[in-house]
Amino acid sequence: MIISIASGKGGTGKTTVAVSLAYALQQKFNLNFLDCDVEEPNAHFFLKPKITESKPVLSPIPEIIDSKCTYCGDCAKICEYNALAVLKDKVLVFPELCHGCGGCTLLCPEKAIIEKGQRIGIIESGKTGNINFFQGILDVGQIMSPPIIREVKKRIDPEILNIIDAPPGTACPTIESIKGSDYCILVTEPTPFGLNDLKISVNVLNQLKIPYGVIVNRDGIGNQDVIEFCRKENIDVIMKIPMDKKIAEAYSNGKIISEKFPEYKDKFHHLFDQIKKQI
Amino acid sequence: MKLKQLVIISGKGGTGKTILSASFAHLAENKIMVDCDVDASNLHVLLHPIIKERYPFSGGKKARLIPEDCIDCGECLDVCRFDAIHENDDGSILIDPLSCEGCAVCSHICPTQAIAMDPADSGEWYVSETKYGPFIHGQLGPGEEASGKLITEIRNKSQEIAKKYNLNLIIIDGPPGIGCPVISSLSGVDLALVVTEPTQSGIHDMKRVIETAHHFNTDVACIINKYDLNNKKTLELENWCRKNSISFLGKIPFDLNVSNSMVKGIPLTEYDSSPASTEIKQIWQSVQTRLKQEGENE
Repeated sequence: MIISIASGKGGTGKTTVAVSLAYALQQKFNLNFLDCDVEEPNAHFFLKPKITESKPVLSPIPEIIDSKCTYCGDCAKICEYNALAVLKDKVLVFPELCHGCGGCTLLCPEKAIIEKGQRIGIIESGKTGNINFFQGILDVGQIMSPPIIREVKKRIDPEILNIIDAPPGTACPTIESIKGSDYCILVTEPTPFGLNDLKISVNVLNQLKIPYGVIVNRDGIGNQDVIEFCRKENIDVIMKIPMDKKIAEAYSNGKIISEKFPEYKDKFHHLFDQIKKQI
Repeated sequence: MKLKQLVIISGKGGTGKTILSASFAHLAENKIMVDCDVDASNLHVLLHPIIKERYPFSGGKKARLIPEDCIDCGECLDVCRFDAIHENDDGSILIDPLSCEGCAVCSHICPTQAIAMDPADSGEWYVSETKYGPFIHGQLGPGEEASGKLITEIRNKSQEIAKKYNLNLIIIDGPPGIGCPVISSLSGVDLALVVTEPTQSGIHDMKRVIETAHHFNTDVACIINKYDLNNKKTLELENWCRKNSISFLGKIPFDLNVSNSMVKGIPLTEYDSSPASTEIKQIWQSVQTRLKQEGENE
């Protein structure tokens, strides 16, 4: 089973929810935790896993075998990302534009292109309690996060529960993280920004046909419009976490709320039971 | 005066970029506002734009199956590296447009030319008027990966408008993270103002985004939002900035008036004179001074 935690707006509490759920459930069974927010992975601050393995992620980029190349220009023509330019007696490769689709290598009539791996980030694996922990980390200055997300997701074990902490937004990296999930928890805050971004996320999840529910974090600030929207659209509000300075302080110090405030342990167990019924 | 560009970024999401940008829209004169968080844009909620021009955005292509020409050979299945092509139970082929990155390899390899490449409808962007001056904003379609390209289009337009109307500042509300959209929002700006919060995640993400800015030779200044949520971490952060010679331009207290102003749809500095609002006004003074210095150094 795969449960992902996402939000359109950043900073609404995705990681807070993801680590609290994982911490509460690991007391009963083994599970996988996958941090797919590879630009800014933060779950490790809370779960504090012992990292036992670190593996570079390589993205395939083309390398030209000069002796075979006839400078026909086919590779540059088929590359949709302008990552290749063919001059009279030279082929230029722009690795930062390459998506690693493999088209040039596959379609070169002279078989003059091979692929070599270029490091774009790393995958770290470790353990804490009954949690198998995995996170992807994008190298600073690199732009392609989806290949790292795909690599993290290869660690999914269909036999057990997998909790995915997704990056904010609704673009490519978010979709890459949440697709294939059995259920998605959308975390939002009851403000106009939260509502605006929730509407976009709901639209995406409807297209992906993934069942979902909403957690309203910092309940008490803003207004009732998020609750009203969910009621009208028949979206389950599966939990409310109040605006509470104690929770904000605990978060700032890297504390897990289901660990620090025992009443939340039961709440997250209950939440999981509720979600299971919907899958 | 030479045209200057200021971008507001954070690394971590939800630290207050848009609240700050909207207040700057209220405080700054002779500027154009740009929302580069095209993934989940929010600045329009506070600036109430009247859209004057609309532009479609196509970030690339999408593969489309022509079922009557498809012979279900499955060759496309093997070459797609983006997991965008699937086989139905009856062996027929299905293309998932949300996963398709438009590389067109399937279309090239297909023996019966049963895959067409269509320009992707990747979103829309707008040139608007607000009571704070011109404003450019956009919305990327779900699952799109060309946010960098959209941001570049929007930023080019903002420079064109700034020149046309003799404006001297472009203020960019940036996206969270450190990847593609952030890099596109950063390139060529005079100053990146990093707004963070005194949490372990906030500090960690701030350091990553500062490293990213430095990687692209962009000048950085830093502020802390909701600083009193954790005074110890705030002090730690101030010290870190000092040690690393990063200008520290202010700290905004936690203030419920921030979300109240958002509900009313008004930039905080215009809404009231709460402690947070007063501090943002101070920060704006420092940012202006800083931008002037940038000019002298060149």
